[in-house]
Amino acid sequence: MNEDIFEIGGLKLTNRLFTGTGKYADDAVIPGVCEASGSQVITVALRRVDLESDTGNVMDCIPKHMQLLPNTSGARTADEAVRIARLARAMGCGDWIKIEVISDNKYLLPDGYETAKATEILAKEGFVVLPYVNADLYVARACVDAGAAAVMPLGAPIGTNRGLKTREMVRILIDEIDLPIIVDAGIGRPSEACEAMEMGADACLVNTAIATASDPVMMARAFGRAVKAGREAYLSGPGAIHSHAVASSPLTGFLSEG
Amino acid sequence: MVVVINGKEAEIVDGLSVLGLLESRQITPETVVIELNKDIVSSDVFGSTLLNDGDHLEILRFVGGG
Amino acid sequence: MSFYPICAEYSAAPLDERFAAISGEDVRRALAKTTLGAEDFFALISPAATPFLEEMAQKASQLTLQHFGRTIQLFTPLYLSNYCANHCVYCGFNALNDIPRTQLEPAQLEEEAKAIAATGLKHLLILTGEARTKASPEYLASCMDVLRKYFPSVSIEIYAMETDEYAALVKSGVDGLTIYQETYDETLYATLHPRGPKKDFRYRLDAPERGCQAGMRVVNVGALLGLGDWRRDAFITGMHGAYLQDRYPNVDISVSLPRMRPHAGEFQPQSIVSDRDMVQTMLAMRIFLPRLGITVSTRESAEFRENILPLGVTKMSAGVSTAVGGHSQDGDKVGQFDISDERSVAEMCAALRERGYQPVFKDWEPITDPEHEGAA
Repeated sequence: MNEDIFEIGGLKLTNRLFTGTGKYADDAVIPGVCEASGSQVITVALRRVDLESDTGNVMDCIPKHMQLLPNTSGARTADEAVRIARLARAMGCGDWIKIEVISDNKYLLPDGYETAKATEILAKEGFVVLPYVNADLYVARACVDAGAAAVMPLGAPIGTNRGLKTREMVRILIDEIDLPIIVDAGIGRPSEACEAMEMGADACLVNTAIATASDPVMMARAFGRAVKAGREAYLSGPGAIHSHAVASSPLTGFLSEG
Repeated sequence: MVVVINGKEAEIVDGLSVLGLLESRQITPETVVIELNKDIVSSDVFGSTLLNDGDHLEILRFVGGG
Repeated sequence: MSFYPICAEYSAAPLDERFAAISGEDVRRALAKTTLGAEDFFALISPAATPFLEEMAQKASQLTLQHFGRTIQLFTPLYLSNYCANHCVYCGFNALNDIPRTQLEPAQLEEEAKAIAATGLKHLLILTGEARTKASPEYLASCMDVLRKYFPSVSIEIYAMETDEYAALVKSGVDGLTIYQETYDETLYATLHPRGPKKDFRYRLDAPERGCQAGMRVVNVGALLGLGDWRRDAFITGMHGAYLQDRYPNVDISVSLPRMRPHAGEFQPQSIVSDRDMVQTMLAMRIFLPRLGITVSTRESAEFRENILPLGVTKMSAGVSTAVGGHSQDGDKVGQFDISDERSVAEMCAALRERGYQPVFKDWEPITDPEHEGAA
């Protein structure tokens, strides 16, 4: 069997689990998470340096082979996202950017309109733009038109671990959008990541569910396997599920009459 | 003279460069990105970029995030 | 963008061999999916699917009910003109056929429109032959001035046009475009259309897309099944529909499933499309594209049209005459083709209701007055 390659932003990935670096009790566990999951892409955020206390540098914990995916968390408008993206690129760790524009702090749902605007500006500047959006067909189309490299619909609100609540809408994006669909946010269990992959999602981004597990490394391994299993199930073309055993009343009976 | 660093006023000596400021605060230059009065300062000119009274400086770095 | 490269690729591909390679398991797998790809549709059109017709029918029936309810939209064709410069060897209006040629004048059109409107129909399909000088874009616009008074929805089935010509017709009140490729086999197409403007395969193939771009609300494509290998044509028709649906999600895409009928002239169909084949085609289309409009004309018998009601059809013609002036003018007329279901609109409605279906005369009315839209 040919190796299943996921090509995005000029990179050929062999693993379809994206991980994050937020919410860990101790960042020292991150290398173990990367290794156990096999993940090749990892998110980071950009923040002001704390001048009062010397906190550790998360970058020291990220294995060198990982593709860095900075996010624009904290941005409330397209302009702020653009500013953060440019700063992130100035860090010299590549030109990937996950656009995250949120101005509603109650639900932390992404603002599709501002996200699409930021996507357009940054794509023109040569960024590999991965917009984090609600699972909405029109927003996704706007992101495609804006030059996104993939679309990242949420499974449930950020950090809720509630699973693939947007299942039906994500399915529509998978069917209709010609870019990779990466399910981001809300996935709480490996079985949910597996389901998203089985449906035909191209990848999953999982942070909170791994970072907040009692054993993040073991959970990372479980997610890595779940994503792989789901992908293989999708590629293998599952057999038929029969919804009805016997037709209630034949609809084609008239064809045999004449 | 006084500059604003990450939103807080700070007294610094005259003629200090961005690089000098980072060193005085024990910040490794390679781990941060600098925005001076809303413009990004490229890391190769940290040493030659001098700070002026009233400058707004943002010093940012990557942190954990999802 | 164009469907042409996709069509050309299918035309060049050994589809017969691929059809033969499809197994029952491929068909089962396609039937189990909620979203089907081209390969699944191909399996459902293949000979391997014939033992699964009943299962396909159950699924297609469920999907049709889900997306359209128990309704059938009724329309009737109005032939404006039978002048034609084309030599389509299978068509009654072929330029070489020695038949009386005529074109409705505005006063005659008004009579015809009144006669049709009196039956309750609100959706009209106007037709002409390929006669740019006779049935010119200006003539069509003047016809619309009459027809707008009687019909909230008018579709055209005429010669292929430029995008701006379609847009002008949209402005004059036309909201639908029906244009059949006849066959998607370019080589066969060339022999069937030896002379006349319609000879240009690609210009015609891209016409539905131009209609989408021009603002048509409904675009209806189709192949005249039986002209060539019906499986190939049915498959590429479905792919054409999918191509348009994907790119123009704001347009209602429909397909018609006409099969060859006897007509004036010598041509007889190459392949016979049986009732079973027709049903398989319709079922596969419905399962592949659940919200596709499917049109079945009065070429089909009353009995057949009633039997297929649950299987995917959404639009039917009724009270049909395929001759110019056939609704209001006296005398013997030569139609484009012979119809089989000769029931009146009232009889059709009664039959639909009898079967538990609601006949729909009008499912939309433009909010803006096209007259004033352009001036705004």
